[in-house]
Amino acid sequence: MSEAVVHEDHHEHHDHKPTGIGRWLFSTNHKDIGTMYLVFALIMFFIGGAMAMVIRLELFQPGLQYVDPLFFNSMTTMHALVMIFGAVMPAGVGLANWLIPMMIGAPDMALPRLNNMSFWILPFAFALLLGTLFMPGGAPNGGWTMYPPLTIQLGDAFPFLIFAVHFLGISSIMGAINVIATVFNMRAPGMTFMRLPLFVWTWIITAFLLIASMPVLAGAVTMMLTDKFFGTSFFSAAGGGDPVMFQHIFWFFGHPEVYILILPAFGIVSQILPTFSRKPLFGYESMVYATASIAFLSFFVWAHHMFTVGMPLAGELFFMYATMSIAVPTGVKIFNWVATMWRGSLTFETPMLFSLAFVILFSIGGFSGLMLAITPVDFQYHDTYFVVAHFHYVLVTGSVFALYAGVYYWLPKWTGHMYDETLGKWHFWISTISVNVLFFPQHFLGLAGMPRRIPDYAVQFADFNMVSSLGGFVFGVSQLLFVYIVIQCVRGGEKATNQVWEGAHGLEWTLPSPPPFHSFTTPPKVTDATAHS
Amino acid sequence: MSDSHSTYFIPEPSRWPIVGTVALFIAFLGAAIMLNGSAFGTLILGFGFAAIVYMFAGWFADVIGESIAGKYNKQVDVSFRWGMAWFIFSEVMFFAAFFGALYYARVFSVPWLAGEGAKLITHELLWPEFIYEWPLMVIPDLEAFAASLYNEVIPAWGIPAINTAILLSSGLTVTFAHWALKKNNRSGLCWWLAATVLLGFIFVFMQASEYIHAYDELNMKLTSGIYGSTFFMLTGFHGFHVTMGAIMLLVILIRSIMGHFSALDHFAFEGVAWYWHFVDVVWLGLFIFVYWL
Ligand SMILES: [Cu+2]
Repeated sequence: MSEAVVHEDHHEHHDHKPTGIGRWLFSTNHKDIGTMYLVFALIMFFIGGAMAMVIRLELFQPGLQYVDPLFFNSMTTMHALVMIFGAVMPAGVGLANWLIPMMIGAPDMALPRLNNMSFWILPFAFALLLGTLFMPGGAPNGGWTMYPPLTIQLGDAFPFLIFAVHFLGISSIMGAINVIATVFNMRAPGMTFMRLPLFVWTWIITAFLLIASMPVLAGAVTMMLTDKFFGTSFFSAAGGGDPVMFQHIFWFFGHPEVYILILPAFGIVSQILPTFSRKPLFGYESMVYATASIAFLSFFVWAHHMFTVGMPLAGELFFMYATMSIAVPTGVKIFNWVATMWRGSLTFETPMLFSLAFVILFSIGGFSGLMLAITPVDFQYHDTYFVVAHFHYVLVTGSVFALYAGVYYWLPKWTGHMYDETLGKWHFWISTISVNVLFFPQHFLGLAGMPRRIPDYAVQFADFNMVSSLGGFVFGVSQLLFVYIVIQCVRGGEKATNQVWEGAHGLEWTLPSPPPFHSFTTPPKVTDATAHS
Repeated sequence: MSDSHSTYFIPEPSRWPIVGTVALFIAFLGAAIMLNGSAFGTLILGFGFAAIVYMFAGWFADVIGESIAGKYNKQVDVSFRWGMAWFIFSEVMFFAAFFGALYYARVFSVPWLAGEGAKLITHELLWPEFIYEWPLMVIPDLEAFAASLYNEVIPAWGIPAINTAILLSSGLTVTFAHWALKKNNRSGLCWWLAATVLLGFIFVFMQASEYIHAYDELNMKLTSGIYGSTFFMLTGFHGFHVTMGAIMLLVILIRSIMGHFSALDHFAFEGVAWYWHFVDVVWLGLFIFVYWL
């Protein structure tokens, strides 16, 4: 009882919300910071999306129509950087901020001030990066992979690109450290590791990938910086270095990075499918081990991005087999998702629809990835639209769809209102149809040999490009519907219950909707019965 | 300090993170403008650095104040420990990138340029004179590197070996300081810490004189091909970390003299000690792979 009194004190002390701009600038609150992350991600999603629209507009017809080739290349480069570092990663961190403390029964993140800085770095880093669009020599245009020597030849944008990457890396590492410290140290009594919701598990593993890979990227771009300005020879054969060395170091970061983008998505889908199947997740433990294996293997497969670069044969074979072995734990996950739905009592609310589409469309992207993993055929596919189709299936219909599913799923919890289910379904169907019109034909374009990152193409590719562009425009415009649905939901709507969804289990659903400013001021006791579904 | 998990500590809204963000932004902006050839950038960079120092001072002052006021419980202490441990791991991975570059150059790119394996044609077409040896004494493109050719590199068994001894003994002295602290032996704590700081700065001084020797007498520079690049970037980043670590130790020494820390509660001391051991271990890697083998 005396303890409870202490909590009352504590509660009163902290539950008055700070107000005004200071609430956001100086925030140490995981929900406010989570919201800022998510809003920032959405804004960047539209900036990156606008760049994609420029790309699809130029590719609508063969020939050079609207933009000059240099600017086109800036668009492909910046689209990727904005979407990866500005949209998908921050959206994942935003969800982690909102959900991890609630899911593990903590009052907040372990290191709230660090959390604030992780977020606020993002707009400043993107000011550095997006500012390059207005610089002499143009914005970065050598591809988001920044290969030397091409990228070293950039104009004034070069140091801004490098420092933006450093800055974003600092943000990611601090965010990841926070996630790990939170989960390791802030779990409520009884919340053992094997009772953690799968979203929390996927985020611990993502955080580990971030801490292990972002510093390597920082090292790679630092070497590029000193090569340009201080006369080092890391990537210059004349001095004994090798431009291919950059590719090795970059992809040592780059492949774990793709799992940084997708693992939180796996976690989201693993929360949603059981809820709307009204069955516990099939194979919880195997899900945890599969996620960990995927993350572990991701450090030994990087050179599958470089099969055509002239590696020794032993390297080609090693990286081919290692890459294909990742299909095993990934297959375990897909199997478990399907088995979760098997004989479930399914309903198809918007989060479930997006999750279902995720399982199917991500698998398509996974299979095309398997094709790309086969060294001899990759010689044909490398740097074609087949690669573009592959990673957009895993990133858009994979990561982005899962993020949409997650937002629809937890939005009633965050705002206290239900969103408009009819509009949500419209958003789903328009997006799902148009995204396939957008990306599916790109498989054929790639197999027929259309190279990526080129503003013009042979007339034989005209039809599929036009179809793809039309799908792209519809997909782009239809995302405005999502903004409308979210704003509408924030402003009002049917009151959400604590549990929100009939089949939802887990600590976050025991809190009121919307939850109090600090989630759990008294640690809840967790037992098998109250743990994950 | 309470051992209980049942009361949580959550800091009040703080201005330091946004100050730090803006400070870093100014520093990056200034550095980029400077590198693009404008002296004005150097001014901005200097201002950014000053702001970073201001942020660290203010942020840590807040944390130290909260710690002394007894606001932290065991849980906060453990959060800090996890934070520091994983931060050090991220630093390890940063060094791993540069060690990776060193191994790649030694095992692949330099032998290939000398014609090894399937790369004979590269060798014949580009620089047929070039031969493989390590330490690399010839640079493939001799004309382009005419200003930074060298005949000698820093041998392992001179200053580097002495520096190894210095850094290893500083690892011992910091441990003795920790033992003294745990036994509440305050003077032992301060003296052993002072010895550690001193050893740290001696190391930096020796490293600096080694650099001067390399530049002035050997003509072995950062611009001396891949050998110079890997040598100076690896030892340079390490030297920077030693300097940072020594400054951190100095702060801990001053705090110890002021009577901070207790036998049971001294995370800041331990965090810095971990950092110092990390710097130590990286040096061993450098000594073996950069200087010795
Ligand atoms: Cu990959």
